Amino acid sequence: MNAQVKAISYYLPEKIVTNKDLCDIFPSLTEEDLLKKTGIRKRHVTSKDLLGSDLAYLAAEKLFKEHNINRSSVDFLIFCTSLIDQAGPAAACILQHRLELSTNCGAIDIAFGCTGFTYSLGIAKGLIEGGLATNILILTAEVSSLVTHPEDSELRIIFGDAAAATLVSSEKESLSFIGNFSFGTDGSGGENLIVRRSGIRNPVDQEWLKEHEAIGGLKSGRLEMNAIEIFSFALRVVPPMFVDILKKNKLEQKDIDLFIFHQANGFLLSVLRRKLKISEDKFFTYIEEVGNTVSASIPIALCEAIKAGKAKKGQKIMLASFGIGYSWSGTIITL
Amino acid sequence: MDINELIKNLASEFEFDDPSKLTATTSFRGLKEWSSMHALIIIALVNSEYDVIITGNDLMQISTVQDLFDIIISRKK
Repeated sequence: MNAQVKAISYYLPEKIVTNKDLCDIFPSLTEEDLLKKTGIRKRHVTSKDLLGSDLAYLAAEKLFKEHNINRSSVDFLIFCTSLIDQAGPAAACILQHRLELSTNCGAIDIAFGCTGFTYSLGIAKGLIEGGLATNILILTAEVSSLVTHPEDSELRIIFGDAAAATLVSSEKESLSFIGNFSFGTDGSGGENLIVRRSGIRNPVDQEWLKEHEAIGGLKSGRLEMNAIEIFSFALRVVPPMFVDILKKNKLEQKDIDLFIFHQANGFLLSVLRRKLKISEDKFFTYIEEVGNTVSASIPIALCEAIKAGKAKKGQKIMLASFGIGYSWSGTIITL
Repeated sequence: MDINELIKNLASEFEFDDPSKLTATTSFRGLKEWSSMHALIIIALVNSEYDVIITGNDLMQISTVQDLFDIIISRKK
């Protein structure tokens, strides 16, 4: 029994923030510099009444429609986001009802960020190959803008909001499959990318609300990133992960048709590509139009690679992610 | 390895029109162009050219090009 990526769709909130918009807000920035340093031209941002689970709902509806999928066939739902709606009930349970999925469908939330898609894919593979489920809907959704300080230009330049819906199905006689995984974790880097005051350990208090009163209170917490440490971390862990993914799948670099990494930022991706000696035509990026959409970035890029004819049936595609945690993981899928 | 080679590489990556403004005693944070982007450029360059990982914490501890060179030498395999 093979688990395979069957279909992907994604949804972007309507509001767009261009580099020009950011340069108007932060006069020290220039459009040319922003594009050169990040590879990003624009990003979509959500509104306060459209949370991750709402974007995920819209992405799932798009998936059912675009790929003519019978929603009653879904027997497991994984909802992954770094900003959960609430501690309970799981947003996945609410989504089961909103999406009118079968009540025989399992549903869990995974609170994870940049590596959320590859981890969800690994869990989906395990559920399918263990005989526990046959059609798994993975919804990865991110709303970083809701926890970004409006004066934090660095974060506003990089991150975009989005949701992706991916159907992973079991296939008896198919050449398409999800390969073996490399996973990694180093919690010592937790402080370098963190949403402060976002949970019950250290919730917002009166002092915090007062301090941030002029910008609406930052009631759901504040995203903070030490970009330099994150950059250094990625350069440290991605090359050995790359080797490990190939080794676990008994493949060599030349066997891979396309590489899709977490779309963190254009500069980091180009440094990693050169370091790993991957040719430009085999290294697919989709960041210019959407920014870094955290756990939605790989499925969005994969969806665009398929649309562009860069990822084709039968090809081997390496997916690799790294980020908040620190956490990293990757696999090779055969489309 | 030679510190002049590091200086030449840094000046090139920083896109300085006048490479001579970078010497062994130049303080990175004293450069009028200095930004967090330059820190990323240093990390990327040192990793690609010398296969050494520099962290953000390392950059906080050092000041000059010579300091950076010393770290590279101490970590070079």
